Amino acid sequence: MLRDATINFDTTGTPPIAAGQAFAGKRMDDRKSAKPTPEAACEQTDWLVAVRDKRDKLAFARLYDHFSPRLKGMLVRSGMTQAAAEDVVQDVMLTIWRKAHLYDETRARASAWIYRIARNRQIDVIRRRPRPVPDELIAEAETRETREADAAIELEQEAAQLRQAIEALPEAQREIIERAYVGELTQAEIREATGLALGTIKSRIRLALEKLRHELRDLREE
Amino acid sequence: MTEITHHLPDWLVRSYATGSLGHAFSLVVAAHVSQCDECRARLEAEELAGGLVLDDLKGMAPSDDLRRRVFDGLDDDDAIVAEQPARAGIYPGAVVEAMGADSPRWRALGGGIKQAILSEDKEGSARLLYIPPGMAVPDHTHGGLELTLVLQGSFSDETGRFGVGDVEVADDDLDHTPIAGMEDVCICLAATDAPLKFKGLLPRLLQPIFRI
Repeated sequence: MLRDATINFDTTGTPPIAAGQAFAGKRMDDRKSAKPTPEAACEQTDWLVAVRDKRDKLAFARLYDHFSPRLKGMLVRSGMTQAAAEDVVQDVMLTIWRKAHLYDETRARASAWIYRIARNRQIDVIRRRPRPVPDELIAEAETRETREADAAIELEQEAAQLRQAIEALPEAQREIIERAYVGELTQAEIREATGLALGTIKSRIRLALEKLRHELRDLREE
Repeated sequence: MTEITHHLPDWLVRSYATGSLGHAFSLVVAAHVSQCDECRARLEAEELAGGLVLDDLKGMAPSDDLRRRVFDGLDDDDAIVAEQPARAGIYPGAVVEAMGADSPRWRALGGGIKQAILSEDKEGSARLLYIPPGMAVPDHTHGGLELTLVLQGSFSDETGRFGVGDVEVADDDLDHTPIAGMEDVCICLAATDAPLKFKGLLPRLLQPIFRI
């Protein structure tokens, strides 16, 4: 059912604007196709960068106020008690503070990075064993400075288009996607309902990874 | 290093990102992503979508106590941040963690083939397989889904050749006979959500003993 409504975001290699146009011609209704064009990274990402670079507690407090209710809501919806959810939120917020040096705004918006930390911690707790996670690709400060400042903004533009695409979906399908990411669907249900392709965003992140690999190689050779 | 040509299917990357995958399959996803930038980018794209949903979610007010606990914790410099072990040789950090050591504790299965069980629970099991060059892994069919990630050497079966970093996804329909490449011992990480059923070599009755 969902498969029929699959959006094809897979426009690998084309610039973000062209991807948006290709998409608009497909299924998006004209009323909603005014293109969002962010000229800066989102404010949550700015706060997280301030926490990383300046150990800014005010920025951290803003992140806390924004994310802690959302994280608690997500964890409760995916089956935790309120008390257990708050324990996980506490660990997530402290992990954000302590591991901020690993955050790379050219590959992840703040909400994506925090989403991952929350899942990692939730699964550690539920399964009582560490969740298997990919080896970190470390982006230390010295390599980060050489990267294009535009990369985070371009990622933000991709994200705005994806958000718009999700909003343009029929209600039932949008609900399935929301439930999948909130954590309410089983592996089998997700296998049946792969209704959102992320090819353009994937390509953007892939570019950032290639740059990072390149810089890490240069560093090793110095 | 050879190029990775067999990747994770979308639904598996999404199931991992959303936290709905069991431990054994999660281990294969984490180990593959550790050496495949293409799938790392796909996983991070899934997380970006997850973050968008999180941003738009109707929240639930946290208690005042939570705020106090978090802000009291900021200055605790001694706090230990749990880290997954680093990669050791051919084994990604997630596999090192599951082995509980830097190398596997092999158990002989006969014919030079060895295995090391890494995890077993009601959702499935994960193990490492050691297959000498040119040896066939006993012909078997599956009761469910099986993921096999090559960590060293290669194997080939009816569906193609799998080198380092490649992952094979085999379901009920596949009745295959993987054979290790001649260039090296093939070491694989294999995970399944059902017990494997061997048709040859091992009589059914022996399965519980070998846990294979």
